[in-house]
This record gives sequence, C-alpha cells and structure tokens, in this order.
Amino acid sequence: MIKVRKLTKYYVRNKALDNVSFTLKEGEILGFLGPNGAGKSTTMNIITGYLSSDSGSVEIDGINILDNPTAAKKKIGYLPEIPPLYNDMTVKGYLEFMFRLKKVRLPMKEHINSICEKVKISDVKEKIIKSLSKGYRQRVGLAQALIGDPPVLILDEPTVGLDPQQIIEIRRLIRELGQKHTIILSSHLLSEVQAVCDKILIINNGRIVADELKSSLTGTGASTEKLRIIAEGRKQQVQSLLQKVDGVTRVTDMGEAEKGCCEFTVDSRRDVRRLIFRAFAKTDFNILEMCPVEMSLEDTYLNIITGKNDTKEDAADVGNL
Amino acid sequence: MSAIYKREVGSYFTSPVGYAVLAAFTFFSGIFFYVQCLYTGTTNMSGVFQSMFFIVLFIIPLLTMRSFADDRRNKTDQALLTAPVSIPSVVLSKFLSCLTIFGLCLLSFIIQGIAMTILAKADWSVIIGNVFGMLIMGASFISIGLFISSLTESSIVAGIVSFVVNVLISLFDTVGYTVKWAPLTNVLSALSFQGKYANFSIGLFSLADIVFFVTVTALFLFLTDRMVEKRRWA
Repeated sequence: MIKVRKLTKYYVRNKALDNVSFTLKEGEILGFLGPNGAGKSTTMNIITGYLSSDSGSVEIDGINILDNPTAAKKKIGYLPEIPPLYNDMTVKGYLEFMFRLKKVRLPMKEHINSICEKVKISDVKEKIIKSLSKGYRQRVGLAQALIGDPPVLILDEPTVGLDPQQIIEIRRLIRELGQKHTIILSSHLLSEVQAVCDKILIINNGRIVADELKSSLTGTGASTEKLRIIAEGRKQQVQSLLQKVDGVTRVTDMGEAEKGCCEFTVDSRRDVRRLIFRAFAKTDFNILEMCPVEMSLEDTYLNIITGKNDTKEDAADVGNL
Repeated sequence: MSAIYKREVGSYFTSPVGYAVLAAFTFFSGIFFYVQCLYTGTTNMSGVFQSMFFIVLFIIPLLTMRSFADDRRNKTDQALLTAPVSIPSVVLSKFLSCLTIFGLCLLSFIIQGIAMTILAKADWSVIIGNVFGMLIMGASFISIGLFISSLTESSIVAGIVSFVVNVLISLFDTVGYTVKWAPLTNVLSALSFQGKYANFSIGLFSLADIVFFVTVTALFLFLTDRMVEKRRWA
C-alpha cells in the first residue's frame, strides 16, 4: 500500500533524512517512533506531498507521489503535527470546505455527520474553531483527515494535547480505523505505539534504526527468556544451583534484595520455571519471588536510540513521563 | 479550486478586513465624487478615477497581505498542499478571491454612475472603461501583493512591503522625469502603472496597456506559484 524507498532530504546542509525506506501492507498500522527532531514529521510531510525529497520515491497504492500527485493525494488523509484549521470558520463550515477541497463524491451531510460522530465533535459543530480547546482542535484535525474515507491515514502525533480519557478514545478509534485503513502514526510516546501499532519503525537522526514487528521488538516470542528470582539463602550456593539447571545460559547477580536474600536474573533458552522450582525444592533455600522479565519496548527503544545497554532506570523515567 | 475561492472570499467577511476595505474604498470614492463631480458640477468622472489610484495603492495590500502568509503561519497550507489540488489552482483561487473583493469595491463607481444618470447625462463608456482599467490595474497590484505574501510568514510584513512596493511603482513616472538619462526614463515610463492607468481614466482604451497589465499579473502569479513550489524543496 505504501512504499517508501531511499528518501533523503536536506534542510540547507543538514541531512534531515538519510535513506529512509519501508513498506506497509494494506490494513497495517505502523508506529513511527523517535525523539524530537528525528525526522518523523519530515518523512510524513514527504509521503503526503507537502515537502519534496531530494532523492528517493514514495508510492501510494502503486501511484508515485511525484508522477501523479493529485491521484496519490486523494488516497491520503493527513493530520499534521499542528492541525491545519482555519480559526475563523465554524467546525461544520471547515469540514464542508475540506470535503469540497478533496473533491469527495459522497453525500456530504451524511458523511460529515458520521465522521463527527466517530471523533465525537457533533456537539461543537456550530462553534467557531478559534474558540475550541486543544483537545477539540485535535479531533477536528482528525475529522478533517477522515473526510473522503481515504485508504491511507497519516497521523502526526494524534494524541498530543488530549486528556487521558480522550487519548484512550482516540487510540481505540485508530485501532478501529486500522481494520479498514492503512495507518502511519507517529509518536514519541512508547506506550502509545505499543498499544496501537502492528509494526514499529524507530527513527533517529534521520535514519531508520529499527524496523520490526512489535512482537520481535518487545522480545515476546524471542528465543531467550529472562527471569527475575529472589531467593533466601547464601549467594554463591544459590547462584551455582541456578547455573546447574538445565537450559539456563546465564545467571546475573543483582545484589542483596533484603536481608538474607539475594536477587538474580536468569537467562535461558526455554521456560525453566518448573526446573528451578524443583531444584530449589531439593535444598533448604526458598524462592521468595520468581517472575518473567519482559524486555519492554522502552528498554529496546532506549537501547537503540542511545546505544547503551543498561538503561532500565532511564526507561522507567521515560515511562513515567 | 472553487472550494478555496469560496473560503477565501468568505474569510474577508468573517473578519473585519473585507468590511474595512469596502468601507474605506466607498468612503474615499464618495468624497472624490462629491468634490470633483457634484460640487464642481461636471459629469466628467476622470478626476475621481485618477484620485482613486492612490487609494488603490493602500487598499490592495490589505487584501493580499494575509493570503499566503497566514496560511503558512497557521499551517493551513498543509491542508491545501496535501489536498488533491495543484499549486497553480491554489494561487489562482486566492487571486480571484482578492479580485472579487476589489471588484465589489469598484461597484461604488456604478452607484455613482447611476446617481449621475439621474442628475444629468452620464458618459457610461468612460465609466465602464475606467472601471475596467482600474480592475486590470488592480489585478496587477493584487498579483504583486500575493507574491510578496508568499515570501513571508508575517502578514504585517507582507502588507508593509507590498505597500512600499506599490508606492515605488507609482513613483516610476516622477523619478523618470527627474532623471535626465534617456534610457532609464524610457524604461521607467514603460514600466509605469500610473501612466497607463491615466490613459484609461481619460477614456483611452489601448490594447498595449491592457496587454501590459495582463502580462504583469501573469508574471507575478507565475512567480507566486514558483515560490510556493520552492517551499516544498526548502
């Protein structure tokens, strides 16, 4: 559905994008992740035809955006970072304008009404856009992108400025839209991408640094498993006990959890929880806690972006933001 | 294209700009009409049109200053440029909407003509010729104003620069007289808006003058189109 090949873009002499390529099949939701200034918006602006790239190509449903911009643009609904709203118009007037601008051939009133229902702006339809709050503006922007029912939706940070309840609603809406539309969504919120997208693209300094399915990025279904174990007993003995368990590849000492207890993380090739339990059962040591450690997207993300390995604390900070 | 046109025309009347421009134009043309026709008792409206030249210099920047600059500042250009419309049609829609408002201003002359018809015998050919002359000269000023508006994100800057440029253009004749160097004088008088407009206002309908204004309009609309296109590459 969307084919992006080797996009490169310079802002004067700054390389904003460097060889960005990816493809997206119909009905997929792609999460575009990266720190501020990484090139997310630039990529989106190029895909939608607002900016031109210095080299590379974009194809929407087989149509090259440079060869036939009008036909390609008809297939895209775009919500830019700042919703392109005319402050002097009413919501209804604005949506009708966008409807005509996009040359949509659907019954106008019904179409606009159904979109307003979907993004829950029916109650502000007669209001002047200038008087709307940030959350409503964002939703009017989303409504505008949905006009004409385009097969491709490009949403640049769609939940910015919304309150938590609205964020949940919009995410639900995006997932719902994902059943019929192909969606690219950018965000610097990891949890958002994790909650909504099938596929994740991490971009940093204009380069794609990871392009994977969410499952392989988060580590579920990966070949190694990680357990955190807190056990009561002497450290060396517990450690050697763990190391002897069949399938365990590595035991890392995490220090003393509480008095007389020690904490380990155990890497293994397969599920070793039962074996560990039985191994402990034969000794005097007690397992106080045993839980799988799932490598979160945040860990992976920070690993990739910063190139560091031990980023647990940073990740926790990001998660709290 | 018609969507953008309608929205632009509408936007002049959801803000005070459209009303202010119309009111100012009607007010000044009324004063000139009263002083130069009613008070002196003549049916010759040429003086009114000549005086209005300077009002047009002021008024047109007010019409054009926001068109591209505001779109860029409010990021609404993203809606226009990612919609299935071409850049030339965006430029043309904005141009036509400015021209429409300016055309509405010129209706005040028609009212004056009607007043004249009631009071005496009006020379409609002169009035129509003048209105037409002012319209195509206005079109040239509008396209220059649009071009300047496409250069900046600030509508105030666009307005001021357009006004200064318009005044400079109106000075071509004056400068031409004072410079005693024939080639420059010739160039300046060839480029003079006022000289050509004066022909219209005394009832001279010359094809060369029409071609001049149409060319200037087309040139600056083309440059505006290029400027908007260039932004995509910046």
